[in-house]
Parts: sequence; structure tokens; C-alpha cells
Amino acid sequence: MENFAMELTPEQREIAEGKQGEVKAKVMRTLIMFGEIFGAKRLIPVTHAQGHLVTSFGIGLLKPLFRTMDELISEGLKAEGGFTVDPRPIDYANVKCGVLDKLVFSKIMYSRQADYERQLVAVGLTDKDAFTCTCYLPEVGNVPAKGDVLSWAESSAVVFANSVLGARCNRNSGMLDLFGSIVGYVPDFGLVTDEGRRATWKVYVRTTARPEAQILGSAVGMKVMEDVPYIFGLDAFLGSELTDDAIAYLKDFGAATASNGAVGLYHIDNLTPEAKDLGEALIAEDAKTYVIDDAELERVYRSYPVMWKDAGAKPKLCFIGCPHLTYGQLEKWTDDIVGTLAAKGRKKVAVRTVLCAAPAVAEKFRRSGNYARLTATGATLTSICPLMYTNNPLTKRISIATSSNKLRTYSAARYYKDSELLTLISGGEV
Amino acid sequence: MKVFKGRAVAGGNWKGEAVVSKAGVNTLATFQKSAMANAKEVVAADQNNPDIYGKIITGMALCLPITIGSTTGGLVIQTVCAMGINPACFLFSKHIDSLAASGIVLARIWENSSVIAVDGLGDEFLESVKTGDTVEVKENGEVIVY
Repeated sequence: MENFAMELTPEQREIAEGKQGEVKAKVMRTLIMFGEIFGAKRLIPVTHAQGHLVTSFGIGLLKPLFRTMDELISEGLKAEGGFTVDPRPIDYANVKCGVLDKLVFSKIMYSRQADYERQLVAVGLTDKDAFTCTCYLPEVGNVPAKGDVLSWAESSAVVFANSVLGARCNRNSGMLDLFGSIVGYVPDFGLVTDEGRRATWKVYVRTTARPEAQILGSAVGMKVMEDVPYIFGLDAFLGSELTDDAIAYLKDFGAATASNGAVGLYHIDNLTPEAKDLGEALIAEDAKTYVIDDAELERVYRSYPVMWKDAGAKPKLCFIGCPHLTYGQLEKWTDDIVGTLAAKGRKKVAVRTVLCAAPAVAEKFRRSGNYARLTATGATLTSICPLMYTNNPLTKRISIATSSNKLRTYSAARYYKDSELLTLISGGEV
Repeated sequence: MKVFKGRAVAGGNWKGEAVVSKAGVNTLATFQKSAMANAKEVVAADQNNPDIYGKIITGMALCLPITIGSTTGGLVIQTVCAMGINPACFLFSKHIDSLAASGIVLARIWENSSVIAVDGLGDEFLESVKTGDTVEVKENGEVIVY
């Protein structure tokens, strides 16, 4: 019998010792070694069985991923509760590309996409349209309950599930998300524990107007890094109920905290579920303090480097929706784009504009009257991941504008505030 | 010469050159450009991290507080280890974060990688070590900065 520092149940030990197959043993050992690094004393059951995976793209170079998937499939291992997964990388119908771009996308970059999607189906992909980073939206339906333990990855989904839904999930990496879903256990440490969910930062929002979610999240992420912030003052702008508007705001705020820092959980005073239940009792005694006023937000905004080859260029492409837009955000962007163009006497967008939403959200929107209003402006709607699009080195020659701080961080796209994007889209200058 | 004692998350003996990031290293933003290009070495590409931006980190001791950013991070570390273009050592001043830990574990168990990781070296370590310094890492988690 092997020695593990962690206390294992007989079933867990049996798996780790290879009695249910060598590959499953490697899966279990990976989770155990991972947990032991953090002092986890045990593995706890995943209570929301449906997983969410971060790796949705069949990039040829990810040979370890494909090889590991083949190993799992060879032993018939799969996530019995199924899983959703991050967005697909390509949609030529709605994100048009030149011949050369298509060649690079299909033949070089994502040459393994079809193979990889077959692997995903074999290990438990819920359905062919389960590709989105916003799996937690009601239209998609992978919605954990408060207190549920998850085995998810995708930083923006994890921080949303923890903070807004009150579920419990560590910032798992790609592969470990699937491993936990396969064996049904995750290590008991960090954000799945009561202690790990206590705030070690007090953040005071003292701005004169509702802050841009993506800049506020960026500021918080850069300051607190992987810590848990408890945020005061935001309820003055968002209210004390998780309305559709507040949910959309927190989705974008959280994504920025997670990509510009490493935040996996935040509490919003008087708004998010645990803050409502426990209030300031969630705050650790030695918590540090960060005050965010108008000047601090402006400092953070001005700190973003412009990575375009020609910093003075006009944008050629605008991506909106990273993370994917909610239905309400799609409606608002449609109203804003149509309204701003009308005010400028224009019918068509001045910059090629692509909005991104989950397949289920996009399908619902396509059935609404607003879809025709949006597409009449020349804007398009897709369900791809814009980050996957910008991974194509050929796209570096295109000056891409975005209101996503996550996309800004991982690509050469330039960040603009929502109002600035509207100005650009309607032919104005910023 | 200064000696620091950390925890060997993935132990090993090694001596070589340090590359230092005072800020959290965004794994995806740092590694993906070189990995995507199937490059023979990683040139750090995170625009938000001037400490290491543009520097070669393959085969170096990457000294950092933690890693940050996308939850693809662990898989990215596993991939660069499989490609043989990883930093030889990750030397963390803080407790290793969950994404880096995932990557180290995946690399060790699934790729038989010899990548080294030491954590808990303390703030003074990151204040002392400079890019270009020679560092020696011992199996027991001891790190000597020359």
C-alpha cells in the first residue's frame, strides 16, 4: 500500500493505486499531488456534476493535451455529468477572413479542431453547442447552486461561479478541470473552504459615477492579485439585487480581475450572496485596504500600453463580448449602436464590428426583432472566442479595438471604454 | 552570496541564470506567442510585464511571486515542458498558485519532466535576486543567489 499525505477513502485509494486502470490512477495521482501542494487533507465530492473546460481549441502544438485525451479515451474514462467548454475559435460566416487568414486558421493553427472536438465528445461534452465561456447563463444552463463544489476551469467562469452564484471552485487549470469531473472529487483547499473564502482586502469604490466594469476589475486584479477582495461602495451603483444588469456588470468585472490579476472570488458588500449573508464577518482581521476613486481608475486606464504596430492607426475591427455577452447586453449594444449611428446620420458601422455571445444566447437573439436591427448596421454576431481569433499571427497586422480587458491582456487589441467604442463604430475619433 | 530556504514543490539540483519578475507572471500572455510559433525558446511576451518582456526565459530560473491570468496556465506550462522550452526552474517568493502548481504536476506526472519548482522563498528573495544573477537550487529547496 502506498503512502499519501492526504487521507483517502478506500475508493479513492483504490483508484490511485491503479486498481481501476493505470490512466485513472494517473488522473487521481495528479489531483492528489496538486492538493498536497496546498496542504489539502482530503478530496471532497464534486456536487455540481456538470463540468466546464477551458480548452476548446485544437491547436496543433498542444500535443500533450491530445495525447492525454487519447489516454483517457483508451480506458473509457469520461465526465459522467458532462461538461460545457470554452468557445470555438473559428466562424467564417460571421467573422470573415481572407484566403490567407483562413489557410493559417484551418490548416496551421486549428488543424486539430475536428479531431479535438471528437475527443471532447468522447470524454463527455454535453452537446455540440456547449461552446461558451459563459456557461453559467440561464440560456446555456450549466448553473450551479450556492454551496455547490465544482471542477471547472476558465478564469472568468470560476470567478463568476464563486462570487455571484456562491458556488465553490478553485482556479483549476485546464486538464485538472476534466480530471476532477472524471473522478468526481477535488482537493479540499483554498476557495472550496470557508477560510479560503475570507477576504484579505477591503476595497472602497469612491468614484463619482458607476465605474467601467472592465477598468474597475483590472484595477482590483492588478492590486490584489490572487487574494479575495471585499468591495464596498459598488452597491451604490449596482443596487442590492442581482438583476440582469448587475449580473452582466459583475461578469465583466470578474473577468478583468481574473485576467489582469488572479482573482477567483470577490465579495460585493450588500450584493453578492455570501456578502449578504455574512457581511463584514467575511473580512480577515489583517485585511489590507485599497481605495479606488476617479483618479485611480484613470491612472489604471492610462497605464495600458498600445500594442498596435501603428499606435496612431484607426481601428479596423472591433470585438465586443469577451466574456460572451448576456442577452441583455446584446440588446443594449444593439440599441446603442443603432442610436449612435442614427445620431451621426449613418446607417452602417464605420468599423467592422463583431459581437460575441454563447450559441444559446445568440440563437435566442436571432429569433428577436433586434437581430435584424443589429445586422442592418453591418455588425455581426458570432459565438467564437475573440482571443482565439487574435492568436492568428496574421491578425497582428489588423488594429483591433475592444472593450474587453481580458482580450487586451492576451492580445495586441487596444482597450477602449464602451462609450469610446461607440464613437469609433459611428465614425468618430477618440 | 545569499541563501534562501524554500519548499521544494518539485525538487532538483540546478545552477544557472535568473530572470526576475517582480510582478505576477501571466503564463498565457508570457508563453503563448513563442509556443504558438513552435519556437526553440520562449521570449516573454506579456506586454504588461516590463520586468521580463522580450527576455528569453527558456532554461533560466524564472524568479517570480506567483503566476496569474488564464486558467489555461497549467496546460501552457505542461506544453512548454513537453516542448522542452520551459524555464528550468520556477522560484516563487510566495506560496505557489494553483495554476502553476497544476502545470508543474501535469509536467511531472504526464510528461516525465524534470522541471523544478520551489516556493515560499520570501519577499527578500525577490528583492535580492536580479536578472542575470547566477542562482543555485538544491534538492531540499535551498536557493543560493551569487
